Amino acid sequence: MKEYKADLHIHTCLSPCADLEMSPRKIVSEAKRKGVQVIGICDHNSAENVPAVEINAAREGITVIGGMEVTSKEEVHILALFGSEESLFSFQEIVHENLHGINDEKLYGEQVIVNEEDEVLGFSNKLLIGATDITIERLVDLIHEHDGLAIAAHVDREGFGIIGQLGFIPEGLPLDALELADPSKRDRIPRGIRLPFITSSDAHKLEDVGRRSTTFLMKTVTTAEIRRCLSGVEGRRMRI
Amino acid sequence: MTMTLKNIAEALNLVVRTGEDLLERTVTGGYAGDLLSDVLAHARKGSVWITLQTHTNIAAVASAKELCGIIVVNGRTPEETTLRKAVEEHIPIMVSPLSTYDVVCRLCELGVKNREGV
Repeated sequence: MKEYKADLHIHTCLSPCADLEMSPRKIVSEAKRKGVQVIGICDHNSAENVPAVEINAAREGITVIGGMEVTSKEEVHILALFGSEESLFSFQEIVHENLHGINDEKLYGEQVIVNEEDEVLGFSNKLLIGATDITIERLVDLIHEHDGLAIAAHVDREGFGIIGQLGFIPEGLPLDALELADPSKRDRIPRGIRLPFITSSDAHKLEDVGRRSTTFLMKTVTTAEIRRCLSGVEGRRMRI
Repeated sequence: MTMTLKNIAEALNLVVRTGEDLLERTVTGGYAGDLLSDVLAHARKGSVWITLQTHTNIAAVASAKELCGIIVVNGRTPEETTLRKAVEEHIPIMVSPLSTYDVVCRLCELGVKNREGV
């Protein structure tokens, strides 16, 4: 087994709130510079820039886990990470069917879709900062039906975090992990929660890529291996 | 004048989804909020809670804080699991087509007010 440094929550220029310089090439070279071996690409409610990041990452020996940061009906942010583009885009189709409204670039920012050369292919006109009308329970089920990992994002933050929005984590919600925006705030999370913690950067600007990461001890980099790591199967471990 | 949930439900034309038999409860004040952690921190016992959240946790939060009932705004539909939980926890859930602001204004007109300085 080998240790892999992973930052599983990085936005690209597709997210209206992210810097325009969050392009596939720049993200990959920043990750490389910081020694991050695995990057999760999680834009708000959309995944169109994942393929362009993957092409660049492959050249540098970095593995991309394609995903998105979905906003549930309750306005809770859930990271959905998938093992294949097929699963990712079939999941995206469902998210988009349940996401209404049109983006206003002046108000919320541009949603740039790019290719592997960082060239603009177009703009998403969906209201990506909006909430889907998928309940959190259904959302976690949908992610699992697509063989994905469902991780509650920045649970230590009030806005859009599951504990802030819902007061506590609903009993029996089969999340795979909880993400801490700041590991030093772990003691703010109520005791008795038996879910593994990861941390990641939630980078919206270049310098933040790899600012926080989780190190996984596992055989290869796949979502299945990460899942085994999260539950500590056969000596696999992780640390934040 | 003592105000009950029944008085409010009638005056605001609320659709009562659970707790029809609990509407004689006295309303001692109100709290409006959609962040459940905030409601857990600040809502006062006996208050009616105005929110747009429809998740199951609203019934648990109302029960934990001993709130007298919940008004769901903007005509939102509570999940079936929420209604079941509310029945278990003896929490009346009522729905209004009005927004939070308009519900609060109407409650204010009815004289539902928090005791000052508390």
